[in-house]
Amino acid sequence: MEIGLSHYLSVAAILFTIGVFGIFLNRKNVIVILMSVELVLLAVNINFVAFSAFLGDLVGQIFVLLILTVAAAEAAIGLAILVVYYRNRGSIAVEDINMMKG
Amino acid sequence: MLLQAIFFYLFAAISVAAAVMVISSRNPVHSVLFLILTFFSAAGLFIMLGAEFLAMILIVVYVGAVAVLFLFVVMMLDVDFVELRQGFLQYLPVGGLIGLILLVELIAVLTWSTMSPELTAVAQVPIPPAGEVSNIEAIGQLLYTRYIYFFQTAGLILLVAMVGAIVLTLRHKEGVRRQNIADQVYRDPKTVKLHKVESGKGI
Repeated sequence: MEIGLSHYLSVAAILFTIGVFGIFLNRKNVIVILMSVELVLLAVNINFVAFSAFLGDLVGQIFVLLILTVAAAEAAIGLAILVVYYRNRGSIAVEDINMMKG
Repeated sequence: MLLQAIFFYLFAAISVAAAVMVISSRNPVHSVLFLILTFFSAAGLFIMLGAEFLAMILIVVYVGAVAVLFLFVVMMLDVDFVELRQGFLQYLPVGGLIGLILLVELIAVLTWSTMSPELTAVAQVPIPPAGEVSNIEAIGQLLYTRYIYFFQTAGLILLVAMVGAIVLTLRHKEGVRRQNIADQVYRDPKTVKLHKVESGKGI
């Protein structure tokens, strides 16, 4: 029952797939799409930490820190855009966003 | 070793199950709460990999900030989420197909490839033994020296995100009366007459 690198990478791969699947599944709901993007980024972070631990290299953990920063900034900006969009349109349906006319 | 396997499968199963619930839950509030559960169990996996600092950061940043932000926006927007789920089954086949292909590819890459044992010898910055230097100390010694520019850039990104979010959502409503202190204390010198009054005398 040795837990190796491939176990962690498999979990990350499953999480990544669920994130991508969620983007397809909830085509109309921007909030769930943003949450799916967070899941994808979490899968990437698990990959980085697993490789860092099993290769004995600390640099991977530094990059996880930077990815976390960018993910937090992305969530904040995305939700701010969502709030502005809701204020203008009264809905958050994705189909209407292609009409970028004021 | 058995205990490690038990905890690994526990955290992995919880995180995957919660991730499935995030994308399939009917209520977006439940989705956010399952997202929090996913991050908690991922933090458990991080601790098992020896990255304690990142596990704590994951909980503080994601559960404390990002998930609460999501929750706040979900509750603030008065959206009919039932209507947004229309076409949920319509996208299921193509999404499932793409997800399946992606998963098979990723698992195939993982199972068919083996890691060369020499890879551990080329580590840029070897992780110091856990007994001597703690994980947070090792990260600090690396982040503030060799990766200082990356650290500064991360701070700049956060500043830009903060300014951008405020600029996007700040608005001044029309028709709201605001206090203008300069107008209130201003006196027109033409309508006001000033007298120099000597002490002990009236005007």
